[in-house]
Amino acid sequence: MNVEAPDQRLSEKPRAEKPAEPAEAEGTRRKRKREGAAWVFLSPWLLGAAVLTLTPMLVSLYLSFTEYDLFTAPEWVGLDNYVHMFTEDPRYWRSAVNTLVYVLVAVPLQLAAALAAALALNSIGRGKGFYRSAFYAPSLLGASMSIALVWRALFNDGGTVDDLLSSFGVNMGGWVNQPGWALLVVALLTIWQFGAPMVIFLAGLQQIPGELYEAAEVDGAGRLRRFRSVTLPMLSPVLFFNLVLQTIQAFQVFTPAFTVSGGRGGPADSTLFYTLYLYDRGFTASHMGYASAMAWVLLVVIGIVTALLFRSSRSWVFYNDKG
Amino acid sequence: MAQVAYNKAARVFGGTPPVRAVDGLDLTVDDGEFLVLVGPSGSGKSTALRMLAGLEEIDEGGVQIGDVDVTTMPPKSRDIAMVFQSYALYPHMTVAENMGFALKLRRIHKQEVRRRVEEAAELLDLTSYLDRKPKALSGGQRQRVAMGRAIVREPSVFLMDEPLSNLDAKLRVETRANIASLQRRLGTTTIYVTHDQVEAMTMGHRVAVLADGVLQQCETPRELYERPANAFVAGFIGSPAMNLRTVPLTPEGAELDEVSIPVPRAVTSGRSDDSEITIGIRPESLHLVSSEEGSLPLQVELVEELGADCLIHGRTLTSTNRDPLIIRGDGRTPPTPGETVNVAVRDLEEIHLFDAGSGERLAS
Repeated sequence: MNVEAPDQRLSEKPRAEKPAEPAEAEGTRRKRKREGAAWVFLSPWLLGAAVLTLTPMLVSLYLSFTEYDLFTAPEWVGLDNYVHMFTEDPRYWRSAVNTLVYVLVAVPLQLAAALAAALALNSIGRGKGFYRSAFYAPSLLGASMSIALVWRALFNDGGTVDDLLSSFGVNMGGWVNQPGWALLVVALLTIWQFGAPMVIFLAGLQQIPGELYEAAEVDGAGRLRRFRSVTLPMLSPVLFFNLVLQTIQAFQVFTPAFTVSGGRGGPADSTLFYTLYLYDRGFTASHMGYASAMAWVLLVVIGIVTALLFRSSRSWVFYNDKG
Repeated sequence: MAQVAYNKAARVFGGTPPVRAVDGLDLTVDDGEFLVLVGPSGSGKSTALRMLAGLEEIDEGGVQIGDVDVTTMPPKSRDIAMVFQSYALYPHMTVAENMGFALKLRRIHKQEVRRRVEEAAELLDLTSYLDRKPKALSGGQRQRVAMGRAIVREPSVFLMDEPLSNLDAKLRVETRANIASLQRRLGTTTIYVTHDQVEAMTMGHRVAVLADGVLQQCETPRELYERPANAFVAGFIGSPAMNLRTVPLTPEGAELDEVSIPVPRAVTSGRSDDSEITIGIRPESLHLVSSEEGSLPLQVELVEELGADCLIHGRTLTSTNRDPLIIRGDGRTPPTPGETVNVAVRDLEEIHLFDAGSGERLAS
């Protein structure tokens, strides 16, 4: 075999190569033409991405190294913004901690609520469509200012929740006015909007083969055990997807805190979230350079957290390609 | 190890009208027996199995495993193990974890679990795959893991729901033999559901044929083949299927086109002259003859050559029947399509007679 092979190749090579050449050139030309078409179709998006995303990002990266008050030309200050942020600005750290607490509270609770609702919906036969829409509605409404205002009214001193609790003899006063509770109210507003992850969970649940549950039942697994040993692992890719998405969103929480606290992150900076402080620095205090630096730090932090999540997923996410 | 009994068990699905998926099933499976439930799709065979597993409610009657009435018991208390069509392996667990899962739930000691899993793995030639996930296994290996999961439990009854239907033809034949010999070695009572009558005939000690939720016959493969209880069983068991014809009954016998086939007096007596009868002749009970005397002239439409023998599809010139007659002929001298051949019955004893109305077998 080894001795024969080179001979064979020698005799066949010239024959095989000659006709292949024009065909290959023809193929490359056609490929290039096809790629050209792809670029044309992509161009609106590319243009948008370049003008509306990439350029502002690069500009903000530049601004983060400057002192810029929006009205006079930016002045290069090197790493001053970053140094100030990390060493001389207690409100910055307050906002960072608030945001971290918020992420740690809101994301798990929201995912748990979404999963619970999805499990409940998956087990009912009739009216699934109605309940699905009903549970999804807050996600559509929740992003609006008006709901945040309603939320504020609900949890205010003398608001509905306060009234209700008073009638049971619990005297809380306004939830949003108390530093200890205000963050929770904002988190609750987010948790309440569990519609999007719920729909994704529901789709995931419907993908789990029924025979797996039956096998587990015959094996002697009770309801809880089936949830732990079948539902959770089978749902882990969907859970992971939701976790990454919601975590990224939670880091950037703005609207609910802005509305509930009237834009100031009060009371006593207890709902001063990162983006709220960023907005305050950039647009209220006119330190656009500083705000840009904050934005870049947030981007890096989100990047690191997401990377960590992906790293951890290797040990708890099970992708199941058939069987 | 235990005897299994269905006592007039029924499963009724709501709807208008309600569907009796399994209807008054009376069946006893002996200790250590391999019983095959066979039938076309929708015959209720899988439902019957799931009723025994506890995965399907029992609306009427009951089921018994050993001396215990398990009708209302949850699956885990029934001491059964089931092999599913899709295998239903837990994708996030290794082969060893899959096989040991049930034991772990029963809080059996880790070392004992390991010992039983390794023992079963050896039996099934899975030892080198114990640490793999199902994803990294071939179809045949997954099937064996599913078997292993059942075996390590050492249950009183194995339930298998079409466990071979996801395998390719060659592997299916191999695995068929493996499962049958494994069952004989373990001696565990086994109920096996399939739609494939070849599987049923080759694997079962006894075969129970179901149609429309009703048990038609439960017998040994040979008995089922030689003395089918009714026209349905006759047509279902055997490949190619038995030739079934409903023909007029005259004093001379059953009139199959131009030929009279003599019918025992016991059958003809008490029947009016213009009544009909269903006769069944297996393809191998017919053969080609040279003389026209007493034979049926047949125009050949199609010849399927199988090597050792051939299947001749043909119909008589006067035939109004839609289905052709099928004859198993000698593979070395097949006729050509379009040719006219003479066909005769080898032995009158091999002719099956059924009531034209009820389909029940008539005395012979």
